[in-house]
Order: sequence, then structure tokens, then C-alpha cells
Amino acid sequence: MAIIKIKRPQLTIAEKLYLPAVIKGLSITLGHAIRAVLGKTPGAKRNFNSSGMGITMQYPETKWDDQLPDYYRGVPALVTDEKGRERCVSCQLCEFICPPKAIAIIPTEIESDDPWAKVEKRPQVFDIDMTRCIYCGMCEEVCPEQAIYLRQDYAMTGLSRAEMVNDKERLYEIGGVREGLVNKWNEIK
Amino acid sequence: MSDSTTTKLPKDTAAEKGMVNIQVDGHWIQVPRGTRMIEACKLAEKEVPHYCYHPKLSSPGNCRMCLVQMGMPPRPNPGEEPSYDENGFQKISWMPRPVIACANTVAENMGIRTKGDLVEKCREGVMEFLLINHPLDCPICDQAGECGLQEFSVQHGKGSSRFKEDKVKKPKNVKIGPRIRLDDERCIMCSRCIRFMDEVAQEPVLGFSERGTHTTVGVYPGRELDNNYGLNTVDLCPVGALTSNDFRFQMRTWFLKETPSIDTNCGTGANIIIWTRGNKIFRVTPRQNDDVNSCWMPDSHRLSYTCPSHDNRLSAPLIKADGVHEETCWSNSIAAAGEAIKQFEGNEIAIIASGKQTNEELFMMRTLAAELSTDLISIIPHTQESDKMLISEDRNPNTTGAGLILGLDDPTEKLAAIKDGICNGSIKAVIAASEDLLDAGFSADDIDGLELLISIFNTTNATAQASDIVFPGASSAEKRGSMINVTGRLQKLNAACIPPADARDDWEIISDIILAITGETPEQAPLSIDQLSEIISNNIPQLEGKNLANISELGEVIIDTNVTIPLLDRETQRIAQGEIVG
Ligand code: SF4
Ligand code: SF4
Ligand code: SF4
Ligand code: SF4
Ligand code: FES
Repeated sequence: MAIIKIKRPQLTIAEKLYLPAVIKGLSITLGHAIRAVLGKTPGAKRNFNSSGMGITMQYPETKWDDQLPDYYRGVPALVTDEKGRERCVSCQLCEFICPPKAIAIIPTEIESDDPWAKVEKRPQVFDIDMTRCIYCGMCEEVCPEQAIYLRQDYAMTGLSRAEMVNDKERLYEIGGVREGLVNKWNEIK
Repeated sequence: MSDSTTTKLPKDTAAEKGMVNIQVDGHWIQVPRGTRMIEACKLAEKEVPHYCYHPKLSSPGNCRMCLVQMGMPPRPNPGEEPSYDENGFQKISWMPRPVIACANTVAENMGIRTKGDLVEKCREGVMEFLLINHPLDCPICDQAGECGLQEFSVQHGKGSSRFKEDKVKKPKNVKIGPRIRLDDERCIMCSRCIRFMDEVAQEPVLGFSERGTHTTVGVYPGRELDNNYGLNTVDLCPVGALTSNDFRFQMRTWFLKETPSIDTNCGTGANIIIWTRGNKIFRVTPRQNDDVNSCWMPDSHRLSYTCPSHDNRLSAPLIKADGVHEETCWSNSIAAAGEAIKQFEGNEIAIIASGKQTNEELFMMRTLAAELSTDLISIIPHTQESDKMLISEDRNPNTTGAGLILGLDDPTEKLAAIKDGICNGSIKAVIAASEDLLDAGFSADDIDGLELLISIFNTTNATAQASDIVFPGASSAEKRGSMINVTGRLQKLNAACIPPADARDDWEIISDIILAITGETPEQAPLSIDQLSEIISNNIPQLEGKNLANISELGEVIIDTNVTIPLLDRETQRIAQGEIVG
């Protein structure tokens, strides 16, 4: 037979009374409360950079920014390389892949007197609408030029919809410089 | 086979019809004798990847992408009778080496394999060679998304390159003509562009120089690729080596929506595809129609599209008050037009229709003339020399249709009478659509002398300036409708965009003016372009049973005009001489 019969455990008198268990629970809570008032919550300072008044981080007075891992997926932004070249060539793959259609790009040709004229193409307009972005990271994944990255910023706020659109200038500001990326536009090709 | 004397073999039944039996990937089919192997595979619905082959050009067989395996029945020994299997076919012996499918023709009992180890290996090899020196340009290359090299390298290419040496450097971003840019590193030396300029455009300015991996396409020294058919090489180029300045870096092709329509710059009515994203036209390319424009179109027509966002578009109805145009709403302007027209007798009003209007719009113009009981209705002729290629000498796209719809042998025959009438003051009001009267031989004095001028235009011009009431209409890329080209072929336009702001389809405007004059309720007018097209097919005997819903994308001949298109005549000749497949 595949049925196994299990006997209910026999409870002791103390267990049947409930009260001892309630007192045990309350004393743990009381212990934590006392330690919180004394500023001694374990791990609060070290792991969460909080005041120690309990485990709750007092955001935005205290922030977690220096604890963010490298792979943190914050605001998507454009990066320049060590030579100061804007890496994006406006291939519009990110615009295509972006699930909520947050990205809008207008490509243009690089003028022939530009030092990077051989790259031929760059974005004239590059807007990411942060009211639409869902921080999925697809743009970063699809980019053939390693030009767009989800950076550490996460606190995007604005008073209007227009303010929530990051334009090209702002995107480079957030993105900054990223070194050591594959560079196919170097001298050999 | 014992009963071969009594039953006919497949080869004999096929021969009677001028066909041959061939086996493609294991299936026997019959194809016309003399068919190229690549076309036979197309008939058998088997894809053979290819770059240099184009049915409208000669086949030099230089890309080697179309390699397939071929087999024939073994040659019988002396005195030996060929043996047939139970279906009447001979056994096929496969050749150990591949052959190119584009330049070889089929033969009786031939076998073709478009799959299998040998063929796959060949394609992989050719692909790898083509990609050896190819730049990693896809992110900035306009061809990406419609590139033959991308497509076949997904199917037959390697994930990575085994080529460790430096790639060959060649000229990039070369301006080889006013409309075209050449990138030699992307070129795969298929020679399609060279052959097109030589054989179709008949101005052989392109050619190869250097040898081996250094082979480079270029223009003849001191010359430019400025032929009016030059942009067809951009369509032909299977890769991004030739790109159009007009479309360069404007938009990636995968965002674009394709709308089949027809060109309205001349009477040929070349079949086109309008490529749009949102409400913006990005490019126009020819669409194959072997009875109209083959695979080509002239650059001048390709680049003359009117976008809804152009600066000179009219976007609201205008009424002139004290010499200044003021924007107004549709109900005001239509009512004002109706009131104004009603002040005149029928014979004081002339209607200038246009050979640029669709049959549907012309029919509404005719109805308007009938309502006003005037017979002064005419289109304006636009003729210029033909280029002996595709551009017809009639620069109106729908002169044939105008004649048919207006019921006149020559739709311009009333023009002289109208001009005289305006000159001597017997005509006091003119309703004009899509024609700039000052361009058409009317003088500014004549126009100023009119008591009432109502016009429908999609862009501003001098006649619109002089008009008392101007209605904003739709451009040819913004409307559905039908036209009849110089060869008598009924073709249809499809709307790729919507008109800007308050502008509307022309037939609706004319319909509303008619309602304002007659005082009928809107239900008595056609409610949609389809309904209008239905009414027309019931009214015009030659158009019986033809409405917008059932005219095919390639159109159909409904009138015999005896006009031919020079480029097509040459093409027919070349097909007859066996130079091209066609
Ligand atoms: S995918 Fe990369 S290179 Fe392409 S447009 Fe986006 S950021 Fe620019
Ligand atoms: S992170 Fe996702 S949603 Fe945000 S811009 Fe990139 S692709 Fe679009
Ligand atoms: S020709 Fe094709 S494969 Fe070559 S760079 Fe352009 S899109 Fe890429
Ligand atoms: S430029 Fe284009 S069409 Fe001309 S040979 Fe090269 S790949 Fe072929
Ligand atoms: S298509 Fe046959 S060799 Fe190029």
C-alpha cells in the first residue's frame, strides 16, 4: 500500500496552554527593540549603512549607493570610450528591441572634418523616456557597439513628463566614460 | 521496358509540349525547355541562394553562390538500350563536382540537388570567402535588414572568422555620383551594377579594376554615375556597397512599412513601393511589373515624393478676405464655396480638372460639372520629350483615365474654349484642382479678372495664392484610387500616409462642394471611396466590374492604346535573343 499513516504528535500540557510560546515570541521582539534603541541592531551599519536604529535604512538620508554591485541595473545611459569617442553609431537596434518603446533615435551622418568621420554615423537625437523604461537591460544586451549600459543611478525624478525624458547630452552625462571595451574602430579596422 | 512501344515515355509527352522532365530534390517536375536551372528550382519552390544572377541582366556566373549538384543519365554503352524505371525515368548518375544553377539550362531527365553535403559545403565555402575581407559595418550599413550577405551568412556562414590576417583596405564612402555613395569594402564583386549600367541604362560608366582580392568597383575616370536610372543600381546591389544619398542614414529598413502603389510623375505609372514610418515617407523603390516598368524606375521620379510633413503643404481650408487668406474650418469653407458658386450661371463656370487626378476624383469633377450644368471641363496637357526608357512623353499619369471618365476622346479639347472664355469675360468662375493655372498657360491678368476662383491643392503655388477659397487636398501617397496609364492599364494607388492636419482626400472635398450646391444630405453622396468606385464601375462600361477592391496590384489592361514602353520593347528583344531570362 502506498498510503502511510502518520500519528498526530502528543502535545504536552505546556504546549496545550499556548502561553509559554507567546511569551517566548514577545521576549525576542522585546530583545530586538531594546537593541535597536541602543543602536546595536546586528549588521545594520555594516550591511545597510543605516543609523543602527533598527534594520530600516533611512532613505534618502542614508543611501546604499556604494554597496551597489557592478551588475546593478539602473538608468540606461550612453557611454564614451577612453578616446572620448561617442560609441553609439545609431544602429537603432536598441530602439527596435526596447519592449516599452522608450527609446527614440534620429540618426545622422558624421561631418567629413570630424576626427571620427570614418565611423560615418552617429545619433543626432537620442531620447530615452524614463516614464516608459522598465530597466530590463535589453538595450545593453543588443547593442553591437557596447555603447549603452544600465548604470548605477536609480533615482530618476521629474516634475513633468518632459523632464523624465533623458536626451543625448544627459545620457552621456549619466553614462560617463567606460574603459576597456572592444574597439573595432581602431587603426587596423 | 517491354511496353515502352505501347505507352509513351514521360520524355516524349513532355517533348510534345516543349517541356523537359527534371528531378529537383527527389521530385519530378516538368519545366519549359531552355529554362535556367535556378529558375527551374524556383518553379519547384526550392531556394537557391544567389548574388550575381538577376533575371533582367546577363548571367556572368561570377559569385558562385548558386552552386548545386547536378546529375544526368549515364551514357549507354555502344549497342546498349537506355533502361527506364517503372515511372519511365532513367537512373540519374550524380556528378562529383557542383555546377552553377544560374547560367546552365535544364535537360531531359536531369537531376538537381539543392540540398545535401556537397551543396552545403560549397555554400559554406563561398560564404567564408565572401566574408574574408568584409568589414564589420552592419551597424552603420544602410543595407542591414535587407542584405543578401546577412541573410545567407545566417544560413550558411560560420559564427566566427578563421581569417587571422589583416583585411584588405579599399576606398570607403566614395561619392561616385550626385545621388550615390560607394563603399568598396562591402562590395562582393557580383557585377550587377556594372551590367545594369551597360545593358539597361546603356551608359557603361562602372567597371572593375585590379585583380583578385584587390578587385574594386569604380567609375570610369573623369565620369560620374549621374544617369537618371543610376539609383536602380542601389536596389540591385545585394549588399550595402551602393547606397542612396537620399535615404542614407535616414532610417533602418526594419522600421519601414511597405505600401504598394504607383508613380504619378508620368503616364507610364511605374509600380512602386512607398516605404514609411509613422506619417513620413523615407524612400520610394520600384516594384516589379513586367508590363509596365520591369524592375526599374527613373531617379527623378523616385526622389519627387511629397511627404505630409513638407513645409509647403496646405493644412487647413483658406478663405480670402480683403486680399489675405485666413484659415477656417471645413463647414464654413464648404458652405462659402457653395454660396459663391450658386451666384453664377452654368455657362459662366469652368472646371479645370487634372490628368494627375485619380479616376474617382475625375468622376466627382464630372458630377460637379453636371450639377452646375456646364460642359466647360478640361484637363491640362503636360507633354515633354520621352527619355526613350520609361518616362512617357505624357507627364500626366492619368490622361487615358480622364478621357474615359469625362467621356471625351481628347480630355483637353475644351481647354481652348475655356481660355477664350476667361479672356473675353464670359467665364466668371473657375474651379481648379491639382493644376497650377499660371504654369498651364493662363496669364496672371486672366486669373485676376475672374470673379471667383476655387481651388484644391496639396501644396502651395501661385494659383492657390490667387484663389478666393483654397481647399487642402491629399498627395498621391495619401490616397486610394485608380488611374489608367498610357498603355491602357488600370492600376491602383494605395494610401501610405494620412494627409497632414486638416487636409482631406480630394474626392471628399469635391463631394462636399456638390452637396453644398445641391443642398442634398450627406447620405445621398458616396460614403466611402469603395462605394464611389462601385458607382463608377456601374457608370462607365469599360470599367464594369472593376473596383478598388478587385484591381490587382499589377493592374490590368482595359483599353487598347497601341502605346508601348521603349525599355520594355528592348527587354522583350533581349529575351527573344536569349540574352536574359526576363
Ligand atoms: S544599440 Fe547601441 S549603437 Fe545601436 S543605437 Fe543603441 S546605443 Fe547606439
Ligand atoms: S532598459 Fe529596457 S526598457 Fe529601458 S530603455 Fe533599455 S530596453 Fe528599453
Ligand atoms: S553589406 Fe550587409 S553584411 Fe556587409 S556591412 Fe552591410 S549589412 Fe552588413
Ligand atoms: S557594388 Fe554592389 S552591385 Fe556592384 S559589384 Fe559590388 S556588390 Fe555587386
Ligand atoms: S548567381 Fe550563379 S554564379 Fe552568381
